[in-house]
Amino acid sequence: MGYAIEGSTGTWEVVVGLEVHAQVISNAKLFSGSATAFGAEPNSQVSFVDAAFPGMLPVINRECVRQAVRTGLGLNAHINVVSHFDRKNYFYPDLPSGYQISQYEHPVVGAGVVEVQLADGSTKQIGVTRLHLEQDAGKSLHDQHPTKSFIDLNRAGVALMEIVSEPDIRSPEEAGAYVRKLRSILRYLGTCDGNMEEGSMRADVNVSVRKHGEPYRTRCEIKNVNSVRFVMLAVEAEAQRQIEVWESGGTVQQETRLFDSARGITRPMRSKEDAHDYRYFPDPDLLPLVLDEAWIEELRLALPELPDARQARFMREYGLTAYDAGVLIAEKETAAFFETVAKGRDAKIAANWVTGDFFAALNRTGGSIENPPVSAENLGKLLDLIADNTINGRIAKDVFEAMLGTGKDPASIVDEKGLRQVTDTSAIDAAVAKIVAANQDKVAEYKSGKDKLFGFFVGQTMKAMAGKGNPTLINEALKKALS
Amino acid sequence: MSQLTDLTIVQARDGLRAKDFTAEDLTLAHLSAIEALNPRLNAFITVSHSQALDQARAADKALAAGEQLALTGIPLAIKDLFCTAGVRTTAGSKILEPFVPPYESSVTANLLRDGAVFLGKANLDEFAMGSSNMTSAYGPVENPWKRRQDANAVLVPGGSSGGSAAAVAARLAMGATGTDTGGSIRQPASFCGLVGVKPSYGRCSRWGVVAFASSLDHPGPFARTVRDGAILLGSMAGHDPKDSTSADVPVPDYEAACARGVKGLRIGVPAEYRSDDMPGEIEALWRQGLDWLRAAGAEIVDVSLPHTKYGLATYYIVAPAEASSNLARYDGVRFGSRRDGEDLRDLYERTRAEGFGPEVRRRIMIGTYVLSAGYYDAYYLRAQKIRALILKDFTDVFAHVDALLTPTAPSAAFAQGENMDDPIKMYLNDVFTVPANLAGVPAISVPAGLDANGLPLGLQVIGKVFDEETVFAVAAEVERAAGFTALPSIRAGG
Amino acid sequence: MSLDPATIRRIASLARIRVEEHEVETLQTELNSILGWIEQLNEVNVDGVEPLTGGARMAMKMRDDVVTDGGYPEKVLANAPDRNGDFFAVPKVVE
Repeated sequence: MGYAIEGSTGTWEVVVGLEVHAQVISNAKLFSGSATAFGAEPNSQVSFVDAAFPGMLPVINRECVRQAVRTGLGLNAHINVVSHFDRKNYFYPDLPSGYQISQYEHPVVGAGVVEVQLADGSTKQIGVTRLHLEQDAGKSLHDQHPTKSFIDLNRAGVALMEIVSEPDIRSPEEAGAYVRKLRSILRYLGTCDGNMEEGSMRADVNVSVRKHGEPYRTRCEIKNVNSVRFVMLAVEAEAQRQIEVWESGGTVQQETRLFDSARGITRPMRSKEDAHDYRYFPDPDLLPLVLDEAWIEELRLALPELPDARQARFMREYGLTAYDAGVLIAEKETAAFFETVAKGRDAKIAANWVTGDFFAALNRTGGSIENPPVSAENLGKLLDLIADNTINGRIAKDVFEAMLGTGKDPASIVDEKGLRQVTDTSAIDAAVAKIVAANQDKVAEYKSGKDKLFGFFVGQTMKAMAGKGNPTLINEALKKALS
Repeated sequence: MSQLTDLTIVQARDGLRAKDFTAEDLTLAHLSAIEALNPRLNAFITVSHSQALDQARAADKALAAGEQLALTGIPLAIKDLFCTAGVRTTAGSKILEPFVPPYESSVTANLLRDGAVFLGKANLDEFAMGSSNMTSAYGPVENPWKRRQDANAVLVPGGSSGGSAAAVAARLAMGATGTDTGGSIRQPASFCGLVGVKPSYGRCSRWGVVAFASSLDHPGPFARTVRDGAILLGSMAGHDPKDSTSADVPVPDYEAACARGVKGLRIGVPAEYRSDDMPGEIEALWRQGLDWLRAAGAEIVDVSLPHTKYGLATYYIVAPAEASSNLARYDGVRFGSRRDGEDLRDLYERTRAEGFGPEVRRRIMIGTYVLSAGYYDAYYLRAQKIRALILKDFTDVFAHVDALLTPTAPSAAFAQGENMDDPIKMYLNDVFTVPANLAGVPAISVPAGLDANGLPLGLQVIGKVFDEETVFAVAAEVERAAGFTALPSIRAGG
Repeated sequence: MSLDPATIRRIASLARIRVEEHEVETLQTELNSILGWIEQLNEVNVDGVEPLTGGARMAMKMRDDVVTDGGYPEKVLANAPDRNGDFFAVPKVVE
């Protein structure tokens, strides 16, 4: 079962492991006091430490360590009380010191696990091998000048968490679900903004293929994939490529590749052809990172509610289905929006409105949950107007449309437009009498047993009342008139 | 005025306080000495004449206002490995020829805070790699001392802090900064008849000091007396939050420690420092030193540091490995010299081949090799384990003794060109000094006598980590007993 | 372990130091002599010994998450052998 690719020689299984690089949310860099903000002027957030000037030394930022530990706790992972920093040596112009400070043998976080939900309703545990802290490199711009590359070191030295998964992923869908779930956890924790477009989260995707029951075959690493969709496409494209290589009698070479999103293929990376020999060794400018057990415990106790726990709570507390709860908790902001709407109201109705009309409006207007076309407070008030019979469900949809982008209170729209529901039985009786009188033929058919016509009378009455009649009262009045 | 250059720091401090002369007088005396002798000695790569005078005048103002700090108006030489704001810093290398740091190293900032005057940047072996100052891209330094029998021979001042040592010995500066990675302060101090102090690892900040081997680099001072050395170290030392390996421990009064005496101290004599090929006069001087200490009330104890003989080979794995990584930043991209090439890789390779001298290239290659895939365990990891054993040797003996006394170097100063045919011969100069770097324990070389050629020989006092006070006390006793008054032939006013 | 000319070239390439063909033999002799001398360390029994990684023996202090540095592109770029505006410039790299 599961995902498989049919080749000319049989069925292939895809094996994927992901290394996700997540930029840590902190004010200052991992080993220097320069700022981390995105989009600053070139080399304006660079200290002499970041530019590796002679004699400059690294000093670690406590917040980056705290964020890594919190992330580890959020991934249900083991926290290593003692960890070490190593140097990974290679030459590249955006790596000023000629080495990246990383954690090789002794990372700050050990094994953990991430549970993903798949479209068929099943769940799967993806193992996390480790999480370590390391420095980001600067940025090389290759397209600004005919013969030169430009170097901006603003990003050099920003803290990254590299989160390495086990090769537990078996399909593009699982790869996408894993990255989405990881991003969700990081955002809940506030340890990474998960913004893949700005590069604050990127994935190196390790792909291999094999026939069922075989040991792993050679893998290729696709570097720096920068969206969930591209991760999924890259897995698929790379698996197809490897299958073609194997099936044409060739051998897959272990190499670093890039995903070309325009063409939907992967291609070898030319600049890193150099045989990798990173000469890792403990960074003599730093000491072992020793964490206080009590501090770790303190961080554990202060963790916010995370996606899995929130989904369970939504199901329990609000009586939602796993699917609805899953949709609502995927983004922390959406979950908060929903909870504001649902507070003190019928949660199922709130969930229907949020996942239905509200999400549709969000898509239509191109808005975001942080800056929604209708605030959670106003959506809640709208639901109150339905609940207290001020308006009926049909009118509510019109009121909702009128609220979009205006910031207006639903009650004032109802008043302005005179949409208040009619509950005056004499007005309803008069409307019903008119409809009955005008449709004597239909009345006769109904009375002879054509029950379905009842809906016709409801519709006609509602129409006559411009949609504002109370549906329950209209029903009662019609039943009486037609009996 | 030339006799001003003969004063010790303690004497100059008193003279300034008494207004016998001004800081400007003192600095001018040294600047003119430099002008007269540096063309021959080549002790300075850069002389910062006007900056020195400005600092001296500022010192005079402070003195006039009754403000005298530990080093107000004292003219010093700064090893050209310490970054000095606005003053070119070369590390003795062509690759940093155009480099002007926009920042001041923590150690030199401490000295400036205490009122010191900087005369200029002292010559050194390229990136502090060498024991003779012969690897400097700015030419060799001449040792101001001469052999009695062979006065024409040009001797080396030792290395790597050869310019600092020559400058202080020839009275071109009252003291100097140095760095000691395997003996680079103590060996030149021994060769030039000076006091050289390598404090505990973490005592002096490495921030702003061009790195050679981070876990072994120790900034420290040169002076003509133990007490002057104590004053300089007192200013240079102290916790620096910018250096993660800097120790957050209080800096004691080293000057006061010099007067403690050695009564009741247990002084260890490590058996492994004896060898059959040790020159007789060095062994005799060592024995003499032990007699002096015994006479002053110390107890002499035979001890063993069984892994001593492996120190040097361990050092020649650890130091090049760290250097190969530390020197990767010299790539012609952000600072320093660049040599253009066909593409980026060619630019790197030409910049580094032409910017680094042969000894630096050799060490980078050794370091690259011992860290490379497949060899790490056999070389680097093994060396780290032996380093742990060497540290344990010291920890074990310091459970029983307060300090150790050994010779500083296996010979007196040799001539330029000697020991150049084989790198290992040169490396052997550091055989007695390297273990203290590997263990991070403090050590001082103090001039104790002359060899048959009239060249100075030093004795080394090694102490417990962060117990520089005992080391100063013992060194001061050796200095008192030795009564070393010999002077180099080449010196200001000489 | 003795270095052959290919290894010399590989190390030089890893270290980004240009080595001319005529230099290989000299380097080979020098480096082999140093490595041969280092072989003496094989005599030492290091079983069960924890490697000593650095010079200091204490836990690492951490600094507060405050922006205290940077913001001086002109100083960072002042020593650059080649620059273009506020960028460092190098010969074009092809990825």
